[in-house]
Amino acid sequence: MEFLANLLPAGLMAHAPALVVVVPLVAAAIAAFMPNGKAGWAVAMVTATIVAVFSLALLGAVAGEGVISYAMGGWAPPAGIEYRIDALNIAVLLLVGILGFLCVIYALPSVADEIAEDKQGLFYSAFLVCFAGLLGVTITGDAFNVFVFLEISSLSAYTIIAMGAGKDRRALTAAYNYLILGTIGATFFVIGVGFLYMATGSLNMADIARILAENGHDRVTQAAFAFIIVGLGLKAAMFPLHMWLPNAYAFAPNFVTAFLASTATKVAFYALVRFLFSVFNPEVNFVDLSLTWVFAVAGVIAMFMASAQAIFQTDARRLLAYSSVAQVGYMMLGLGMGTVLGLQAGMLHLINHALMKGALFMALGAFALKFGVREIKDLAGLGRTMPISASAFTIAGLSLVGVPLTIGFDSKWYLIIAALDRGWWWAVAALILSSLLALIYIGRLLMVVWTETAPSHQGQQVKRTHAPIMMLIPMAVLAFANLYFFLDASFLVNLTEAAANAVMGD
Amino acid sequence: MSPHIILRVVSKLLIPMIVIFGFYVQFHGDFGPGGGFQAGVIIAVAVILYALIFGIDEAKKAVPPKVVLWGSAAGVLLYAAVGLATLVMPFAGEAVNFLDYDALHPDQSHHAGQHYGILLVELGVLITVISVMLAIFYAFAGRVPDIPDEEW
Repeated sequence: MEFLANLLPAGLMAHAPALVVVVPLVAAAIAAFMPNGKAGWAVAMVTATIVAVFSLALLGAVAGEGVISYAMGGWAPPAGIEYRIDALNIAVLLLVGILGFLCVIYALPSVADEIAEDKQGLFYSAFLVCFAGLLGVTITGDAFNVFVFLEISSLSAYTIIAMGAGKDRRALTAAYNYLILGTIGATFFVIGVGFLYMATGSLNMADIARILAENGHDRVTQAAFAFIIVGLGLKAAMFPLHMWLPNAYAFAPNFVTAFLASTATKVAFYALVRFLFSVFNPEVNFVDLSLTWVFAVAGVIAMFMASAQAIFQTDARRLLAYSSVAQVGYMMLGLGMGTVLGLQAGMLHLINHALMKGALFMALGAFALKFGVREIKDLAGLGRTMPISASAFTIAGLSLVGVPLTIGFDSKWYLIIAALDRGWWWAVAALILSSLLALIYIGRLLMVVWTETAPSHQGQQVKRTHAPIMMLIPMAVLAFANLYFFLDASFLVNLTEAAANAVMGD
Repeated sequence: MSPHIILRVVSKLLIPMIVIFGFYVQFHGDFGPGGGFQAGVIIAVAVILYALIFGIDEAKKAVPPKVVLWGSAAGVLLYAAVGLATLVMPFAGEAVNFLDYDALHPDQSHHAGQHYGILLVELGVLITVISVMLAIFYAFAGRVPDIPDEEW
């Protein structure tokens, strides 16, 4: 980690917490001036590279210094807005930075195919705003600032999802649905923050935590807790607040689905963890009760309900979207244990799930680019016609099931260890049974891809082809990560262990 | 003669007043209620009133959609540029944080840097808000209905 801390010159490093958000925001404005998609993409690519480098450098700095605090505009916290990076949010910041970088590489051919040429510059502009918003939610230490960035990322996410209308008009209703539910979520969240402000007189999250610990809880803070959980739960697609997600993922442009699936819900989930464990104290009675009876229970129901719904889908992306809801259930179960091990397992699954779903949606995007595939039955024979993409798809799919030799196995292993540690035998059974459901729906996809013969066109077999190299590279990197981190899990395990200890350790 | 002569004359009188009031709200924002958001909406209203009375095409000639698009990005850039400027301008020999306006002017006793900072930032907000309001108006007003009105 030592070399990471020295990645940037000291002058730049001092302002890295601000710049990591400001750079994509400025780039979004610049991208709006760009005359065509290529130029817009170039702006996005440069930005994503800078953000990835900054997040790596910040990882090194956090490993060295512990907590980094940056006072916006020189106004000292808690009065001013503080950007605060500790071991918990650096893990998420790194995830967003790296996956954003990989997704942008992937974007060029995919966006060129799916978005009208004159809209591409503005598309990249909206994407960069979304990117900046997600980074902002992750990095800020101010509760109201979380709301602002959450809305920045959501509003632009509605826009880029609706851009899928070029291929399928249902993207418009999907985006509208998401807009309504997302706005309700944001409203609930800001009401909760308002209650907290009323009760504590502070908006700085660390300061709120301190005041709550001193003054104890009353009805107002309990109401605040409920509003914040529902609001962020909606954004994170927590069962049963996930209704916006399947359509949004199924009809958005492929690049957008890959990006949002691997970052947006993860960031909202991080915000939830921050409030549950850092602002509120999990040892307080009502927080502890809601962890067990809301998070763990709803998580287990999600694991079964959403997996069962995934089995019966006909659209490939909708299937994976329902699977995402089920995977959020695993993370909720991890949190619901309310122990350091449980939180660590939840965070590990959060990162691993981003790596799996990123690769899966990227592969589906590649199939869609070459053959316009959307339905599961159209995946027939792709194992032979597009072998590289299909292999990446298979590795990530097996990882989603939790097969050994993939990181999915790691996540489930840690979840089971944490459940045993808590004495929740039923959770172990639920984890294993729902993995079997995952095996069914992933098996359905893989059977079609590998065992069925490719369709013939005018009497001739469809020829073997490959996705553009720009799509193959990020896809292969993610698929490789799915294998590599099984063999050497220490990096992710240390990262999430530090994250869990940062908010729950003694 | 147009049948709407009274509307035309009255709105021609009103439009400059609305713009001046908008700027009043804008510059009042440094010290009290007001600022770029409110002023931006008020100034955009002047253009929207013009479009309502003289037609959307005339309004698009006065404020072209391209300018609206550029304006909405330029305002953000101005705001961010102030922040980036504070990063590269050391204050009292030391580097300051993002958007620390004190760096903009050495006269600390009158907080001159803070004055300049908020003025420029509010100007950025004003430009973006005017542009975005007009962009929304143009998008709705310029939309051709899927089914022509006569066929309802």
